[in-house]
Amino acid sequence: MHEMSLMQGILDSVENAACEAGAIAVSEVRLSIGQMTEIVPDAMDFAFEALSPGTLCEGAQLKVTMIAIRSKCNVCDHEFEHDRYHWGCPKCDSLATELLAGREMYIESIEVEMSDEEPQSGQTDGRDAIVVNAVTEPLSCAGERA
Amino acid sequence: MELELAQPILDLNDRQAVKNRELLDENHVFVLDLLASPGAGKTSSILSTIDQLRDKYRIAVIEGDIASDVDAQRIKQYGIPAVQINTGGACHLESLMIKRALDVLDLDQLDLIIIENVGNLVCPTDFYLGENIKVMILSVPEGHDKPLKYPGIFQASQAVILNKIDTLSVFDFDEQLFRESVARLNPTAPVFPISALKGTGVDAWAQWLSQRIDSVVQGGSMQ
Ligand SMILES: Nc1nc2c(ncn2[C@@H]2O[C@H](COP(=O)(O)OP(=O)(O)O)[C@@H](O)[C@H]2O)c(=O)[nH]1
Ligand SMILES: [Mg+2]
Ligand SMILES: [Zn+2]
Repeated sequence: MHEMSLMQGILDSVENAACEAGAIAVSEVRLSIGQMTEIVPDAMDFAFEALSPGTLCEGAQLKVTMIAIRSKCNVCDHEFEHDRYHWGCPKCDSLATELLAGREMYIESIEVEMSDEEPQSGQTDGRDAIVVNAVTEPLSCAGERA
Repeated sequence: MELELAQPILDLNDRQAVKNRELLDENHVFVLDLLASPGAGKTSSILSTIDQLRDKYRIAVIEGDIASDVDAQRIKQYGIPAVQINTGGACHLESLMIKRALDVLDLDQLDLIIIENVGNLVCPTDFYLGENIKVMILSVPEGHDKPLKYPGIFQASQAVILNKIDTLSVFDFDEQLFRESVARLNPTAPVFPISALKGTGVDAWAQWLSQRIDSVVQGGSMQ
């Protein structure tokens, strides 16, 4: 069940980002998961339901988009989608292929509800998505991941 | 309102793994992450690999288990430094746990670290620890159909060890079929049939590993 520990990390990141943006609640969490990872979407749903109560994500929707596995043939350059079991090039039968997509595990975006008050920094017009670069150093309102 | 995050879910793990890699590179240490189900013979294979390579490399072992330190004790009795990580229920090792283990090892006195990951054919696959290679062990009693059931780990491994070949006569394990399904999933991964118990085939595996180590730990610190 490593979905539980993954989900704990996801909830921590989402709370940090939402909190930093001044949101009061999160209504949707969107993940992209490659089909070549070992993540089971149902187990993610379960983990989300188990762990989100009491956080900003309580009551939010979890949307998991699965990303197809795609490889490129190193012999004939053909690019193709395939399942977890078949790695050969369908065009020339070569087994020399390179994985292009399918191992992704991303929090793509979240939908948040803002309080009615103006955000301190002012400048947002409410239409553009605020881009929060979550891949930076710890945020001030963050709880450290256990 | 929508917030774009585009953040890797394993961001924390991956960033620590990169730091581990940098630390290991500075010290010219090669790391093998060994994956298998419980009882496949990880600890036994590590011991027989140590037999083959201990004259050539200075080796340490990091033992990952949910609980207990029996495996680390087995390694220490062999005169090899061993660090036990108890994950306390977690089904895989993460890079921060490895960092803590690296902290207590004398890295500039080492050439090779073997990590025995938690017995599991699924979860450790997705976690980069800072290792040079992942290698998996399947044992004969587990059955030749395992590549079909656990393609992820076979695909993520740079080599596959088939252990307990001394028991082939007792099980209906079809080695040819096994090799074909591994080749479909991972055409470049060699398969090494061994008996960790009897020592059969361990030399070919150790030789392959040795080549990988030498290509990374150039100029090797061994005299
Ligand atoms: N017959 C046979 N038994 C083995 C072999 N390798 C390991 N075993 C046995 O399998 C059991 C589990 O081995 P161990 O190395 O502890 O597996 P681990 O849980 O993957 O670390 C022990 O009883 C070993 O003696 C082998 O090559 N042949
Ligand atoms: Mg063991
Ligand atoms: Zn091709």
